[in-house]
Amino acid sequence: MDAPALHQRLKERFGEAIGVLESGMDRAIRVQPAAIVDVCRFLKTEPDLAFDCLSNQSGVDYPARNEIEVVYHLFSYRLRHACVLKVGVSRDDPALASVAPVWRTAIWQEREIFDLLGVVFAGHPDLRRILLPEDWVGHPLRKDFVEPTEYHGISTKRESML
Amino acid sequence: MSLLNTMPEFTVTTKVDEMLNWTRKSSLWYMLFGLACCAIEMMQTGGPRADLDRFGAVPRATPRQSDLMIVAGTLTLKMALRTKVLYDQMPDPKYVISMGSCSNCGGLFQLAYSVCDGVDKVIPVDVYVPGCPPRPESLTEGLLKLQEKMMQEKWLVRRGEEERIAAEA
Repeated sequence: MDAPALHQRLKERFGEAIGVLESGMDRAIRVQPAAIVDVCRFLKTEPDLAFDCLSNQSGVDYPARNEIEVVYHLFSYRLRHACVLKVGVSRDDPALASVAPVWRTAIWQEREIFDLLGVVFAGHPDLRRILLPEDWVGHPLRKDFVEPTEYHGISTKRESML
Repeated sequence: MSLLNTMPEFTVTTKVDEMLNWTRKSSLWYMLFGLACCAIEMMQTGGPRADLDRFGAVPRATPRQSDLMIVAGTLTLKMALRTKVLYDQMPDPKYVISMGSCSNCGGLFQLAYSVCDGVDKVIPVDVYVPGCPPRPESLTEGLLKLQEKMMQEKWLVRRGEEERIAAEA
């Protein structure tokens, strides 16, 4: 199923919760934050959609729009088709429902998004930092992240030899 | 036949310091400390072609048995704290070779938020081996440089003793 047909299908089922279909190479379908888990479960369980794999989940920071966008790349091994979902959450209080109950691989990916961008996933079974140390301050993939001058007494700047 | 009878009939004279240093430099056990791509070259150096074993350097998997730490690869800030702990666990006398640009100065990832700009910010380094990554020949050269450095050490004279003797004379 291609992106416009899938968009139409979701539109019929969820109505207002489904936003526009973006143009470009990966035609992403915008989804309202409140509906994301329902949409994902629908995409996974419906026999003619059967998206059994969350192949990638990532986050992008857009300070100009004051928004952090969470991107879901789905793939169906059974039916050999793919789709992309995008959800925008507020930058000031980024909270979103976790899709870990739908695809368990989201446990890892949502931990990474939490670690680097600070999106809090409600319903996640084990939401803590995955790459950075536990005592790290801030979320470094945010565009306004300022690098601290030292970490446990190790300065993070190297003096130029020239 | 006793062992004594097999000894050749000649005598070698040497200095105690040189004797100690020679034995120590000839069994320089290094800790496996591969952090990134440099580790692949370190494995090659330990392998049959470059063969670090012929200089008496064999890999150990624990800091307690190691004399040398070869820091091979990008050191993140998270790892830097653990590196310090591992270094502290090594018995004295101990040495550090910093292998490759990343552990020398942060290298390609110097401006990254999570990378420690050089292992010398955490532990003292004896020999820096440049390269990205250094070839096995370079690392072998680094080890030979370290052995040269070890041969200069004095164990029977305490620190400051030489200056004191010189001042009295």
